[in-house]
Amino acid sequence: MSTDQPPVLTQETISAEISAIHEAYRERADATRRPLPVHPPRDFLPYRSSALRHPTHELVRADPEEIELASPAFGHTDVAAEESDLTIQHSGEPLGERIIVTGRVLDGEGRPVRNQLVEIWQANASGRYVHKRDQHPAPLDPNFTGVGRLITGDDGSYRLTTIKPGAYPWKNHRNAWRPAHIHFSFFGSAFTQRLVTQMYFPGDPLFGLDPIYQSIVDPAARARLVAAYDHDVSEPEWAIGYRWDVVLTGPRSTWMEPEDADHA
Amino acid sequence: MPETPFRQSPSQTVGPFFGYALPYEGGAEVASPWHPSAIRFHGTVFDGAGHGIPDAVIEIWGADAAGGIIAERGSFARDGHVVTGFGRAAVDRDGHYSFTTIKPGPTRTDAAPYLLVTVFARGLMYHLFTRAYFDDEPDRNDRDRLLGDVDPARRSTLIAQADGEASYRFDIRLQGDGETVFLDFDAETDG
Ligand SMILES: [Fe+2]
Repeated sequence: MSTDQPPVLTQETISAEISAIHEAYRERADATRRPLPVHPPRDFLPYRSSALRHPTHELVRADPEEIELASPAFGHTDVAAEESDLTIQHSGEPLGERIIVTGRVLDGEGRPVRNQLVEIWQANASGRYVHKRDQHPAPLDPNFTGVGRLITGDDGSYRLTTIKPGAYPWKNHRNAWRPAHIHFSFFGSAFTQRLVTQMYFPGDPLFGLDPIYQSIVDPAARARLVAAYDHDVSEPEWAIGYRWDVVLTGPRSTWMEPEDADHA
Repeated sequence: MPETPFRQSPSQTVGPFFGYALPYEGGAEVASPWHPSAIRFHGTVFDGAGHGIPDAVIEIWGADAAGGIIAERGSFARDGHVVTGFGRAAVDRDGHYSFTTIKPGPTRTDAAPYLLVTVFARGLMYHLFTRAYFDDEPDRNDRDRLLGDVDPARRSTLIAQADGEASYRFDIRLQGDGETVFLDFDAETDG
């Protein structure tokens, strides 16, 4: 092993990189009078793992064909009703703050995304995942796995019961901490609407420091990943409630009944 | 015209810890191995340094053998008979993934058959779509609109190579030499 230590990558450096990228995007948006992008740029160096994992060619525009305009069918044969409650998967109750997260999944025109699969995974209340490569020296909870699935209702709604995940450290830079989050995976009625994202909790002091959250350069888009506390969702003597609505891609790629069947 | 209040939710990386959550039993067996038209569809996901990456997850979605869109449920609870067209597989430590599925038919008379392939990975902020066409369909591939539009020097990155009996190899290069052609179906604006 070499004794040469690489210079410690500080939060200050990462934060300065984030600010510079945000500023460059803002200037370009102003100059071109176009909105900031909704999705994070895939080339986002403050998140160091993106460096070798983003394409350098521009994506090739393609018209979605039949397969891209459809999506796999999911049903209650695929997912059991109790999979939406992450607090009842073991013999005992998990530790932590019991929460309810509910909302609607909509397409870009506000239409409900019906009967589609939602998958979630998260750390436990101590910020530890049940994943063999999670090295965070925080306790596992024998009563919490942190994986859930459900099928959206006819109005696009979903509802899950879980515990609030803890923040956790990671090795992007020195003293890097992820704000508490739940990972979500969504399918729309068209495969082009596929979305994997993370839901955050309001008021987290780590937001400004986190290169994954800050990879979204539009502040309004970032805010859309933060759930709202909703007292009407909270249940007396039982759980704290959050509401989070999700919007998949817009109408261009949403399913339309083919008028002509002659392509078959 | 007022702006629509329905603004898209942004993507975030799948992160490193999806391994106990997204892959599921039977996820890679879109068709059971004893299905008479089963094929192996496999490859390696490489980063810009040419290393196989150990923390990607691949989804495939394809038509049936006649080119029809499959409406069968059961992708998460395989019964061993129904082919749902959808599969999901995490890569192994060397970046290799492998599915058993069927070769789809073309969905249009003037198009070539392909599987839609979606890539998620740690370090990838927003998933990538590509298509895997098949190298034993040269006539259809020559007529396919997307393959015709793509820079000829990069076209081969969209074509799975037969590498054995009923087996096709489709490597995915996220960056660098031989970078895979990735597709934008939404004409996403990037500012
Ligand atoms: Fe996470």
